[in-house]
Amino acid sequence: MSQFDFLQPKSRQIEIEQFDDRILTYVLEREQSFLTCISCGGCTATCSAGNLTSFNVRKIGLSLRRGNINDLSDEVQKCMFCGKCTLVCPRDINIRNVVLLIKKGIAQLETEKTL
Amino acid sequence: MEALLHRKIFRKNPVLGYMHMSLAFGWFLLIVVGHLETMIAEHSLFVPFHKAVFFRYYEGFDEFFLSGLFSFLMDFLLLFVLSGLMFAIVKRFRKKLFGLRRTTHLKSGDKIALTSLWLIFPLRLLAESTSAAVYHNGGFLTSGVGAAIDFIGNPAIFYYPLWMAYSLSLGFFFVALPNSRYMHIPTEVVFIFLRVAGIRLKKQNDSYTDVQVFSCSRCGICLDKCQLSVAGIDDSQSVYLLKNIRNKNLSDEKLFNCLMCGRCQVDCPVGIETIELRTVQRIESTREYNSSYDYLIQEVATKADVVYFAGCMTHLTPRVISSMKKIFATAEEDVWFMDEVKAPCCGRPLMLAGQYEAARKLIENNSRMILDSGAHTLVVSCPICYKVFKEDYKLPDVEVVFHAQYIYDLIHSGKLSVDTSNQRMVYHDPCELGRGMGMYETPRKLLGRIGEVVHMKDEKEYAFCCGGSLGNLKISEDKRKLLRDQALVTYEGFSPDILVTACPKCKKTFAAGRKLKVFDLAEIVAGAICVDSLSKEKEILEKQEADCYAVEGL
Repeated sequence: MSQFDFLQPKSRQIEIEQFDDRILTYVLEREQSFLTCISCGGCTATCSAGNLTSFNVRKIGLSLRRGNINDLSDEVQKCMFCGKCTLVCPRDINIRNVVLLIKKGIAQLETEKTL
Repeated sequence: MEALLHRKIFRKNPVLGYMHMSLAFGWFLLIVVGHLETMIAEHSLFVPFHKAVFFRYYEGFDEFFLSGLFSFLMDFLLLFVLSGLMFAIVKRFRKKLFGLRRTTHLKSGDKIALTSLWLIFPLRLLAESTSAAVYHNGGFLTSGVGAAIDFIGNPAIFYYPLWMAYSLSLGFFFVALPNSRYMHIPTEVVFIFLRVAGIRLKKQNDSYTDVQVFSCSRCGICLDKCQLSVAGIDDSQSVYLLKNIRNKNLSDEKLFNCLMCGRCQVDCPVGIETIELRTVQRIESTREYNSSYDYLIQEVATKADVVYFAGCMTHLTPRVISSMKKIFATAEEDVWFMDEVKAPCCGRPLMLAGQYEAARKLIENNSRMILDSGAHTLVVSCPICYKVFKEDYKLPDVEVVFHAQYIYDLIHSGKLSVDTSNQRMVYHDPCELGRGMGMYETPRKLLGRIGEVVHMKDEKEYAFCCGGSLGNLKISEDKRKLLRDQALVTYEGFSPDILVTACPKCKKTFAAGRKLKVFDLAEIVAGAICVDSLSKEKEILEKQEADCYAVEGL
């Protein structure tokens, strides 16, 4: 049966008790437009960095919402800030600012352990 | 001298220029002439400073060489300063009369300094007048006012209080000065000297940034130039940036809420590098979280004479790419399209976000690729890329050319010929190309060969930003639209057939706007290429065919 499990999806279960929403609230306080994200993936399709490596802007949004800070801190480093995602976004989300805020938030978490 | 006169304010607004000149230059002359007067009266080259400033207090009856002329001169200068002061007071309460829509919000330190500055000169007039009334001397002004004081009451009663009030207001002003915007008076002299000596800002905070910060007089000329106020943002302009750096309370929200278009820098009377200064602050604020981009691998470069780097933004305007390809093909250039499939970004957007170290990684990677190709020319069609390639890349033996210049050279050397039409075009100066790189004429000359370029009031260094700038990371899309419409409405006022720009980002922003059709330079040229040169290849084929027939004797 293991043959059928070729995608090997990770568990998508969210432990409410361990849900870490520090970065999410940090970002949402400063960039409300992220609330309207519909995870359409237009950003990922146009991404310059995504063309070079396995970087996925849409997944950044998902990880942010799910509170996967470990995944976020590695992934968000790959962004080149070119701004194509912001330009194609159908919901007019300021994605560059979201990425900058995540970077800043994580840097602050690492140094101060609080936000 | 420039620090006292400020010719730049004069050119922009003569009344404001007069106001500043009468106060600064007038006061300066008042001090110098006063000192000379005292030196002559005392027959000494070295006179104590207080004696010159309070000369009329010490000096009473004596007549000395040229005393009449000096008292006339001093009165005239005082009148000169007072006239400027009058303008300043009117301006404070009725700024619209001076063509200013907004002025800076002052903090309390500024208000103390301002009030004492305002009091200095009227009090000086009154004090000198009482002296004149007591001793029955003085120039045309002080003797007149002195007579009036004499008429009201015994001038000897007012004598000490008035001189005391005058010296107190002077004292207050100089105590308040370091903590207020008037710090620009001593700092600016240093700044102008250093700037003329060729000192430039580095990529980190140093004493030169402090000099620039303290040189800001918070005149607020940059406020009216800033387009952000159209979108209701009025706390992040350059004057507030400088104020916040000085007070060490700069927030990210304000720091990154700027289009970096450079409109404020053009009109700054002191010549503060507002954009560069903001970039430095962004670098400082994001220093802890730069990316390393370890995933970048060295791709194999293709050998060619010319490298074409379209850039991220151009990839979202495919018509520009196809136009460039058509131009390259027609001119029969040996071109390698570097980022046709994939390539890192040029690094400029990272620079604008303050991620300088991260940008260097991309720059290194791209530089090696370009150098490996052995090309002698690098053509870019995006001003954002152009600026960073020109300024931050070190590419020996490779000439970085903007596509407007490149196409113009092609036409000039006869490799490309274009048809003319009678289209009326408005040319929008992209911020990064115009104010950023100082390229205003080449695109106009190029367009002038194809159609008619309409002249406008707000063009070249006064051109609007399209609102789409990558420099601003905080502004919302709705507000960007307000800025875009401000520019578009102005352009529509000239009723052109088309709007032409040289930046894919501007094109993209404007194209989403109103009805006006927007094109890139390259599209205009590609559309106007003569059919003759287009069919050059066809011609060659036909000629070969004809030769074949000739050989066969048909």
